[in-house]
Amino acid sequence: MTARRLDSGGLIDRSNPISFWFDGKTYEGFEGDTLASAFLANGVSIVGRSFKYHRPRGLWSAWVDEPNAIMNIRLNGKEHPNCLATTTYIEEGMAARSVNAFPTAKYDTKGGLDLFHRFLGAGFYYKTFIWPDWHLFEPAIRKMAGLGAVDREVLEDFQSAQHHAKCDVLVVGGGAAGLTAARAAAEAGKDVVLVDDQRVLGGSLYRCGVAADLDPSDWVAAQKDAIEASGGRILTHTTAYGIYDHGLVALVQSQGFGRAPALLRMRAEQVIMATGALDLPITFSKNDLPGTMSLSAAGEYLARYGVLTAKKPLVMRNNSLASATVENLRAAGAKVEEIEHVDGITNQGRKHTTGLRIGKESIDADAVLVSGGLTPLVHLWRHAGGKLDWCETRQAFLPKPATDAMIAIGAANGTYDLAQAIEEAEAAGKGTPIDRPETSYITTPIETKPGSKGRQWIDFQHDVTLKDIEVAARENYVSVEHLKRYTTLGMASDQGKTSNMAGLTAMAALRGKPIPQVGTTTSRPPFMPVPLEIYHGAKTKQLWSPVKRLPLEDKHRDLDAALCEYGGWLRPGWYGKGDRDETIQKEAKAARDTGGIFDGSTLGKIEVMGPDAEAFLNFVYYNTIKTLKPGSIRYGFMLTEGGIVYDDGVVTRVDQNRFIVSCSSSHVDGVRTHLEAWRQDGNDPDRIFVHDQTTAWATVTVTGPKARDVLGRLDTTIDLSAEAFPHMTYREGAMGTISLRIARVSFSGDLSYEVSVPAGHAETLWDAITAAGKEQGVGPIGLEAMSILRAEKGFIIIGKDTDGETMPHDLGFTIPRAKKKAAFIGDRSLHTEKANAEDRKVLVGLSVADGDPPLATGAHAFTETPTRRSLGYVTSSYQSPNVGPIALAIIEAPHAKVGDTIKIWHKEEVREITICDPCRFDPEGGRLHA
Amino acid sequence: MQIFTCPFCGSRDEREFHFIAEAGKTRPDTLTQISDEDWAAYLHSHRNEKGHVREIWMHTTCGELFLLERDSVTMEVLGSTALREASQ
Amino acid sequence: MKRYSAWQLFREGLRGGKGWGKAWRTPKPKKQYDVAIIGAGGHGLSTAYYLAKNHGITDIAVIEKGWLGGGNTGRNTTAIRSNYFYPESAQLYDLSVRLYEGLSKDLNYNVMFSQRGMMVLAHSEPEMEMAARQYNAMRLNGIDAEFLDAKEVRKRAPILNYRDDARYPIHGAVNQPRGGTGRHDAVAWGYARAADALGVDIIQNCEVTDFLMEGGRCVGVNTAFGEIRAGMVAATVAGHSSVIAGMAGFKLPIHSYALQAFVSEPYKPVLDTVVLSPAVGTYISQSDKGGLVFGGALDRVPSYGQRGNMPVQEAVIGGLLEFMPALSKVKLLRHWGGIVDVTPDSSPIIGPSAVDGLYLNCGWGTGGFKAIPAGGYLLAHRMATGQHHEISRPFDLDRFTTGRLIDESAASGIAH
Repeated sequence: MTARRLDSGGLIDRSNPISFWFDGKTYEGFEGDTLASAFLANGVSIVGRSFKYHRPRGLWSAWVDEPNAIMNIRLNGKEHPNCLATTTYIEEGMAARSVNAFPTAKYDTKGGLDLFHRFLGAGFYYKTFIWPDWHLFEPAIRKMAGLGAVDREVLEDFQSAQHHAKCDVLVVGGGAAGLTAARAAAEAGKDVVLVDDQRVLGGSLYRCGVAADLDPSDWVAAQKDAIEASGGRILTHTTAYGIYDHGLVALVQSQGFGRAPALLRMRAEQVIMATGALDLPITFSKNDLPGTMSLSAAGEYLARYGVLTAKKPLVMRNNSLASATVENLRAAGAKVEEIEHVDGITNQGRKHTTGLRIGKESIDADAVLVSGGLTPLVHLWRHAGGKLDWCETRQAFLPKPATDAMIAIGAANGTYDLAQAIEEAEAAGKGTPIDRPETSYITTPIETKPGSKGRQWIDFQHDVTLKDIEVAARENYVSVEHLKRYTTLGMASDQGKTSNMAGLTAMAALRGKPIPQVGTTTSRPPFMPVPLEIYHGAKTKQLWSPVKRLPLEDKHRDLDAALCEYGGWLRPGWYGKGDRDETIQKEAKAARDTGGIFDGSTLGKIEVMGPDAEAFLNFVYYNTIKTLKPGSIRYGFMLTEGGIVYDDGVVTRVDQNRFIVSCSSSHVDGVRTHLEAWRQDGNDPDRIFVHDQTTAWATVTVTGPKARDVLGRLDTTIDLSAEAFPHMTYREGAMGTISLRIARVSFSGDLSYEVSVPAGHAETLWDAITAAGKEQGVGPIGLEAMSILRAEKGFIIIGKDTDGETMPHDLGFTIPRAKKKAAFIGDRSLHTEKANAEDRKVLVGLSVADGDPPLATGAHAFTETPTRRSLGYVTSSYQSPNVGPIALAIIEAPHAKVGDTIKIWHKEEVREITICDPCRFDPEGGRLHA
Repeated sequence: MQIFTCPFCGSRDEREFHFIAEAGKTRPDTLTQISDEDWAAYLHSHRNEKGHVREIWMHTTCGELFLLERDSVTMEVLGSTALREASQ
Repeated sequence: MKRYSAWQLFREGLRGGKGWGKAWRTPKPKKQYDVAIIGAGGHGLSTAYYLAKNHGITDIAVIEKGWLGGGNTGRNTTAIRSNYFYPESAQLYDLSVRLYEGLSKDLNYNVMFSQRGMMVLAHSEPEMEMAARQYNAMRLNGIDAEFLDAKEVRKRAPILNYRDDARYPIHGAVNQPRGGTGRHDAVAWGYARAADALGVDIIQNCEVTDFLMEGGRCVGVNTAFGEIRAGMVAATVAGHSSVIAGMAGFKLPIHSYALQAFVSEPYKPVLDTVVLSPAVGTYISQSDKGGLVFGGALDRVPSYGQRGNMPVQEAVIGGLLEFMPALSKVKLLRHWGGIVDVTPDSSPIIGPSAVDGLYLNCGWGTGGFKAIPAGGYLLAHRMATGQHHEISRPFDLDRFTTGRLIDESAASGIAH
């Protein structure tokens, strides 16, 4: 490679040298260099290998459209795969390795694959590997695929900042057009944000020039100052990679190599797309040889990085715009020869081009600089659903006329002339856009000749050639989508930036149709690959779906509670540092012997109030609520309209027009939404109010034979005697100045009070109760013990002992279905064929002999007549210190009569078990009504 | 993020909203005889139009239901109406 | 149909590929067929194939408004599995897995079905209990299953998050060894080529605009190319099912939503199996090309837009990084969306519609790709014999009237 660094010129800082490493060798570059420019300056010409054939690859472009120069980079001990050399600025100590090549890009052991290219054409794997079995071939193919390697070590610093922002006008692209439009809009009083993906604003101005005797840097600086003086914001290193519905533009801003980029979600009233245009390759024989580069890229390397690509380049171009670059190259000392493309022209050389050949005539060169015509970068336009028009003059797809939300200007709009682009941009920024001006740009389409000789590359990374497209056409994969998927053209990491048009042109030629009839390019976000971390932001680890915390958490920690996640809440499973199972057994036993204190704060408390509250709840609940008296509590189910049990819980009538709906801890949001939706749809919402008080109140449950004694020691205004305060009733009062609500309900099956205070007083209540409890030998119990107690009574937990089919009559609650005379949610569904079926799964208990191990939760009941099938499954199973091993299950009714034996299967083991009543403790309820 | 407009709170991020049902569904009077087919139609049949749709959404932040008119292809939001106005 | 084989590949390699023939014809539609199928996605093409192959009915037109396989079939994340809960679902999806197992040979087209297992993780004790319930169900249904502890999961998928500070620690998993992935385009193209070879006409770029009805019976369709009469018509149009039903004057129990899918740049192999984390709702596999393919929950806004928005992207990708933080620097290459037709019980609809002469194969929601062979096989059976196959009977449209829903929302893994 004869590229070299010039002594002056470019936007790099020659006073700041930086050393880096590539494929085994150390090199030096300067601050402001990308890896690519530094490679060139150091004469590195082979930067990678193509995906399929492992052919040597050199740099094609100078920025984001680069298909070949993909690196794995190690910096500061961390490995970063799949970095694009043209967009990665070098840093001291960077160690880059080419991907898909071993040991180096220059000398790759798999280079020999290319010899078999005839048999490895597009889609070859669909036609073979059928016999004997795909599985035999797959591992080898998988090993050969892929580019960089993922480092299995988790990178600690991957938190990406995420921002929301908004503006009146978002200008994408900081070249001549973008800068002008941003300035005009800002000066017109708009809130403007300008984004550019480079380090230095200016786009193609450095290589194309602004005007005679005007340094592009000065012009750019003047625009920048004017924009900022009018309050505009400018973001560099920032790429607009996608536009989503309702004008949401996704921006990613680099924070420096190795650091997570920032994500900006920008809501823009209007987007001005000044994204420029790409210079395209020309399809000709062996056009993939290293040293074959985009002419514009050569211009960029010279202008931005002070690197002269070649001493003696051949320039092959088909359009009028390339002249500026040719002049610059000559001015920098290159001996440029221009050559016209003709049919049959071919590249020469093995690992690097040595020039071109036409027939027998050879023209030597150390680089072939190609300009196949400009194509506007219209990806964002397409993301936003914008349409394209084919322009025969420019041989390119151009954005259709602007809408209020989106305007394209400059080269992105096909306005290649600088003066015209500036005029167009000025008008757009002012808010008075003009029509696209007539262009002076001339391009001569180079016809793709199907069947022409030589291997002609369409997609450099995926090794898709013209011949592949011919085969695809021959096989009738002629639509653009079929063509792309079949050949994989345009599906590499460059997403077809350099290959889509060539592929389209080739297919058009093959089908004898004009390009626009064959198809246009669709594009989807992201415009270029973005790291996944930007979507994660700060919501990592415990901040991902954060667990809900109890007001009494500190008290539980003081008691060495084992805090675990239950239904989205962090709750005490058991207390103390002892053995888990032993502790739980102790707590469950103590709860029945003396009592237990339990944090029930998570239980939903949704107040339903108003003159129509009674009728409303009578409709919402399966059970009859109309007859519930003030001060009384009733257990009930809420059904879906499909008749399925959605939630269970108690409803308390506080007074005539006031109720408290208690619902499962994990269902509170769902129940609230459910109540609100029904409240407003079909009712008069001025007569019913729903108010979620769940987190406003803390609840401590005191349960057990000594519950009354414990509570009695508190200084409350409530008469706790059995006559004054029976089971399933509710009282309000105070403890000192603290409001108190007590519901005498029981999940444990023993005498039990749920005591609630405003959450701010939770600790006071807890201290009072635990102190009283100490004197009575009653201590805290966790959720695990409580789960055992309720199971001893056959009390269900929704979603655990019920599933997506369970209806209330499956649980033994049959009366409302038969007798309730008022309408309720789900009523009609309780009488369908399925609801009436005799083989429905019903809730039963399973009797396990004392001393035998408990059944496994999730074990299935099964039968073998006529064939083996499941009859249902074990939903809850525990070792109970009070009753022995217990289990609840839902099993098809005909097989689930009390006293029947049934086979239970778990992980290939079978046990024979007897069906029993779900309630195993105090079936008469004497303890409940104590 | 799409932006939907709650008639009460104004424009908000789509994450604050929850789709309830297509507009126009009326619950049959379940105290009368309803055939299995009619009940199934009420429960499960949807227009599911491609294009202009009229839907009931909840703004979960404030809990209010409202009628949202949109285009289900272009995602354009055509209007939000408070439920009470919509029923008139 | 020219047979594909390594030998042919070699021969054609020497001849410059000139001998490869059309994978399918581009026929002009006739005015009349025995069967017209609307929608040349996977299910439409497989229905045509099995009608021809299993039942000798070859006078078929598959009418597609765009390009064959261009809808959800070309947009999914390619998972194939039968790890469902209810026996009816197990039978349905396992029929499909069995058909997939022989499909490449059957179609003479390599669909690259890679049975590398599908692991559903369990992140807590309650989830391990659910996993046991699921595992036992699978075994009783005769489906292959393995119950794995955390150590075994780690051996098979070392790249997952085993850190102490993981939001959702891995306790274990249920694995279906016969589950895996396939090459989605190849399935569409394979069925198209094989059906075409049996005489089926695939009419692309031909939109159905209306039904032809006589005396309340569907007797054909009106299209951009004119009328096509048919003895039987089937609609296999996934997310557009309600649009087609609307043309025939009835409604379906379907909402159409956007389902997003994602693929990364290609990387050297880091994941050999398919993994789903129900806790975050994201599942992932790695393609043979090296791209990591993943997806998650629906965008919960009814949509025909074939695209989704950022909130779901953040939920899916953020969730992925929670159980695979090593992928944080992996780059997203592309994301896209399909239109999925979701039923109340997340189970499909196979069989006659409310209109005489019109049949349905739809309602697959997020799970249609894995069922392409079974959906086509069963609909073909119902149409050709006039009777349901015992496997498809439970999925008839009438289940919504009888209440016999098959609620697989839990089993489908991804939140609905």
